[in-house]
Amino acid sequence: MSIGHILLGLLTERPKHGYELKREHDERLPGAKPLAYGQVYATLQRLQRDGKVAISGTAQESGPERTVYEITGEGTADVHRWLAEIEQPAPFISSPLFARVVLALVAEGSADGYLLRQRSAHLERMRELTARKSSAGASVGELLAADYALHHLDADLRWMETARQRIDELTREIRA
Amino acid sequence: MNTLEARQVEKAFGRTHALRGLSAKIEPGEIVAITGPSGSGKSTLLHCLSGIMRPETGEVHYAGERIDTLDEAARTKLRREHFGIVFQFGRLVPELTAVENVALPLLFDGHGREEATTVARAWLEEAGAADVADARPAELSGGQLQRVAVARALITSPKVIFADEPTGALDSVAGERVLSLLLGAARVNSATVVIVTHDNRVAAYADREIVLRDGVTAGEVMA
Ligand SMILES: Nc1ncnc2c1ncn2[C@@H]1O[C@H](COP(=O)(O)OP(=O)(O)O)[C@@H](O)[C@H]1O
Ligand SMILES: [Mg+2]
Repeated sequence: MSIGHILLGLLTERPKHGYELKREHDERLPGAKPLAYGQVYATLQRLQRDGKVAISGTAQESGPERTVYEITGEGTADVHRWLAEIEQPAPFISSPLFARVVLALVAEGSADGYLLRQRSAHLERMRELTARKSSAGASVGELLAADYALHHLDADLRWMETARQRIDELTREIRA
Repeated sequence: MNTLEARQVEKAFGRTHALRGLSAKIEPGEIVAITGPSGSGKSTLLHCLSGIMRPETGEVHYAGERIDTLDEAARTKLRREHFGIVFQFGRLVPELTAVENVALPLLFDGHGREEATTVARAWLEEAGAADVADARPAELSGGQLQRVAVARALITSPKVIFADEPTGALDSVAGERVLSLLLGAARVNSATVVIVTHDNRVAAYADREIVLRDGVTAGEVMA
């Protein structure tokens, strides 16, 4: 996935200028890191060079005059090619949670205390996301982003509970 | 104040020690999730707090009164007047239609049949289950059963709402709606809510979590 694909995707709706693309990116993908305007500008230049967007005019609202870009046939084909692909499922084995559990066992002989504290921090974050989701006027993008984060935190919590039980069982076997 | 408290509660089923000296305090208006692995004593704790079950040792207090020593009739009265309970899997009366099930607590309270039915229909509507009002439990899906059970628990505007896995696993947007209904109604009455769940996403709706492990709260677990 790249910023280029995201900008092209947003341009399939209608021609837009750079600032508009930045604003829409930040609003419609609320979980994502906000784009720097310089990044948008550089990406549009590259897309133009590659024939995926073309300048369709200028627009002036309140501020300065802005260049408006439209997607080309080649750009449209590129978006649909990209959407036909999948993301490689991430292995996630380098999680810092995992490292802490292993090292808590090595250095302190137990991960129970850490797991409880981490659980409570995770759940607190889930509470914030749930509250935001339940608040009136949440946009579809915000709902989807909150769901996404909630499911990932939930997966961490479930792994943490399994880890606790797994460690318990192994410890009992060693003692027996 | 309607504080709910378990003090050093123990409950065994034969040789299984479901609760082993558990203490917990729930303040009025709090929304608390009781979580923990399967078999950790969540349902047993809910049954002790709501006066359905009496612990062998320890005490349960509600609104400044010790309730675990009350006899069956007094505990039933307390439940009818103060508590709304959503059981795991709903536990509706199979011979009655959905609307009759929801109206039941009002009939016990001495309201007339017509009035009770009208109010029950309104609650079913609120719960998004108006379309199954005249169906019997056997004809309902899991989600529909839960909605009817939630409507039945809310109809008396209870001071404390107990719910045991009210949404099953929260894998659908419909489950979220049941939960919102329950919590919304509680907020209107400043009711206390105690939800048993093994689903972290359900627990995230609560103000606070009580984690159970082997019949005690997680912090108390002995090595
Ligand atoms: N009526 C019962 N008869 C026998 N054992 C029971 C009964 N109710 C619960 N238990 C046992 O007590 C323990 C705690 O059960 P429960 O409170 O239902 O746990 P949870 O709701 O956390 O899954 C389990 O080991 C369960 O098998
Ligand atoms: Mg249970």
